[in-house]
Parts: sequence; structure tokens; C-alpha cells
Amino acid sequence: MIAVVDYDTGNLRSVAEALRRAGAEFTLTSDAALLRRAERVILPGVGEASSAMAKLRQRGLDEVLPTLTCPVLGICIGMQLLCLSSEEGDARCLGIFPTRVRRLPTVSETPQNPTGPANGPALAGDTPRSGSSAAATAPHTRLKIPHVGWDTIQGVRSPLFEGIPEESYVYYVHSFAADPCPATIATTDYGRCFSAALNRDNFYGTQFHPEKSGATGARLLRNFLSL
Amino acid sequence: MLAKRIIPCLDIRDSQTVKGIHFEGLRKVGDPVELGAKYAAQGADELVYLDISASQEGRRTFTDLVTRIAARIDIPFTVGGGISSVEDAGRLLDAGADKVTVNSAAVRNPALIDAIAAKYGSQFIVAAIDARTVDGRWVVTTHGGKRSTDRELFTWAREAVDRGAGEILFTSMDHDGTKNGYPCETFARLAELPVPIIASGGAGSVDHIAEVLTRGCADAALAASIFHYNEIPIPALKRELAQRGIAVRL
Repeated sequence: MIAVVDYDTGNLRSVAEALRRAGAEFTLTSDAALLRRAERVILPGVGEASSAMAKLRQRGLDEVLPTLTCPVLGICIGMQLLCLSSEEGDARCLGIFPTRVRRLPTVSETPQNPTGPANGPALAGDTPRSGSSAAATAPHTRLKIPHVGWDTIQGVRSPLFEGIPEESYVYYVHSFAADPCPATIATTDYGRCFSAALNRDNFYGTQFHPEKSGATGARLLRNFLSL
Repeated sequence: MLAKRIIPCLDIRDSQTVKGIHFEGLRKVGDPVELGAKYAAQGADELVYLDISASQEGRRTFTDLVTRIAARIDIPFTVGGGISSVEDAGRLLDAGADKVTVNSAAVRNPALIDAIAAKYGSQFIVAAIDARTVDGRWVVTTHGGKRSTDRELFTWAREAVDRGAGEILFTSMDHDGTKNGYPCETFARLAELPVPIIASGGAGSVDHIAEVLTRGCADAALAASIFHYNEIPIPALKRELAQRGIAVRL
């Protein structure tokens, strides 16, 4: 049985629908006994880290989750709660992944590749720009937060990514991200390099949303279910 | 690298996808769930479903439709049309929508944006803005461009972001339906806002879309008829954008 942790952090529906599409049977629960008996546990989450952490504590799940021995997958905030801490609301988290969650930068900390500007090269035949040039280029230097949309993953290493190649696109919606660490099994670069996915022992996490990442996300969920 | 998004828009009336044609009224173009699944399989990055039902009954069936879309579609989708309260937005979230757009109701009652953002987060709310130029000034319109307001585009867009809108979806009523391209200078100015900008209305060619994503600095391009009538199939569009050096998800 697969347990999706229901701790009142908003919409669990998209995760539930993705499991349904994968043909998996699951239950939505916050019951400690059920979680201990589960063969797989998924910790989803949207919203704000410190209040999500408070909701786990209210249910005693901060004690239960770290003791689980089955494969556990945290998604987005769910992954962040498995890290040491989050800057969002100054939250102390469960400390399974040895890394901290920090706000993404609004100005890139990554050296820019001069041949690949963020918005692509000028169109062929584009005439030299006049007065509009400053307006047209200003957003290139300033990153939009939250990081929303499809971005690529690098340094992929884990059975979780079986059949998912480097540079695959996955769907993100977040403003905070975990620094790379020894548990990092994939990274993405947005302003700086961050952990796209983490794994330590039986615990896994993705910052992106596999349930919204099309065929790539469906494959990752199937991989998790067959770990 | 973060990809530029290509977003097909489906107008829904009484659970059918429809598309307005000049002088002909509305024509049905397919089942919304099947059409959305087809676009997702072709590489659409997101879908937008707009409810243009006039009746209460149409509104009710739209919520049922959103439930069916959520069960089938494995990419993000946004819904809009007639959302005028936090309860409307909550009902669509519960039905499985990833985001909602607010338009006329937010112009009438800007605090609606604050309320939805406070309850569900900025990532859940897209401010859709329609505007046309009047004496060289961008004037915000409502009710599908039929009514002019006293608001100016850039001021209103900034206010919407300050109130918590997570994205701006801008349609130029001067360009919508013309297939003559987008007002790229205007989009480039909107792009100075700290949230993603979705360009809508005016696409007639791959060049138009490429231009608004580069010179217009838009983060996403939304279109309807060019996809519904297969004038520019999504796979061909994305291949051509990639050949022009634009980051797209292939």
C-alpha cells in the first residue's frame, strides 16, 4: 500500500491523480500506524515551509517520518522538510538530507555563458535596437522569482532516474531551494546550482513536481514505485 | 535552462471547446479533455482553459470538466473565466486546477487578487489583462474588450503584481485575432516586472512567436486558433524556435 501524507498543506489531488494514472493503489492519511505499515510513502506539500513543518509536528509526524524504513519520496515542500532547515519562515526541518534550503537569488550568481543569453540570441535579420534596447535587455539580468516552468536537470545519478536522461525537462514552481550536498542526485541551475533531487538511504526528494512533469515525471514515479 | 513555454488556450462553452470565427460566431473544435491531452502529447508546456459559458448551468459543468481534465492531463493547467470570488478559485483548486486567471472581476475589485494570493499563494493566481491603445496610451478593457476602464496597462499590471499575482497574461485587443504579431515593445516593458509574462493575441506565424519570446522578452506565448486549426502544429513550432536558439522543451 502507498500512503500519501495528508497534513493539510493544500492540494493533494495532482499527486493522487498521477498515482491513479500509474495504476497504483494509495491512501491519503496522516495516521502513524498506517504510515509505518506502508510500502511507499509520499510527502507532498505546497505552501510555506515553517507552517508545513508546524502541521507535521501537530500530527506527531516529525517523529514518525524519520523512522520509516520503506522508500519515502518528498515532493517540493515535502522534500524541503526532509532537509536540515529552511530560510522560509526560519524553519528547522527533519534533517534527513544534509543540506539547507535557501531563497533563490534574484540576480544570477552563476557565471553567464556569453554565447547563450537567457532569452536566446537576437533574431536573424533583427535590426540594431534603438531606444528600446535597455527595456528589452533589462529582464535578462534579473531573475524572476518564483522559478516557474520547465527546466533541465543535470548530474543525474540514481535508480530514481532510470531511463531519464541528462537535460530532461521537469516542471518547477518554487522560490526556495536546497544547496547541493553529498545526497544530491540531480541539479538544476537557476541563478545558482541547487539540488533538483536528493537521496539518502530510503529517503528521496524532488524539488520539481513529477506529477506535473509529463512523461518524464510519470517515469520517475514509476521508478519510485518499483525501487 | 528555463524553457520558454508554449501554451494552447481552449475556450470552453457548455463543456465544448469553441473558437470564434469572424462573422460566423462560435464553432466547436473538439472535446476539451481529448484536445488538451493531444496538445500535451504534442509538447504543449501548459494548458489554459477559459470558461466562456453564459449560463449558471454552463458554469457548473465547467467545474466537472476541470475534474476530468485533472484526472487525465499530466502537465500544469490554468483555468479562468468568470472567477469573481475566493470561493470560485477554491472550487477550481479543489477540482484540480494548478492556477486560476482573474480578469474583469479583479479590475472591479482588485482586493480579489490579494485574497486569492493570501489563501492559495501567488503561484496559483494569474492576472489576465486585456488592453487597447487609445491616443497612444494602453487602456485596460474588460468583458472581452467590450468595456474600457480608466486604468492604464502598466500601472494596473504593477498593482496586480504588488497585490500578489504570480504571472501576468497580457492580450492586446489591438492585435488579438489579427495574426499580425504581438506589440513587442509593450511586452518588453511588461517584462521588467518581477513575474513571468505570458503573451497572448496576435500570433499568425512562427516569426511572431519567436519575436515576442526574444525582443518582447515574454516567458510564454499563448495561442488558440493556430493550434486548433493546425496552422502551426506545436512540434513544428518548437523545433523552429529551437533552431532560432530559443530554449524550448522538445
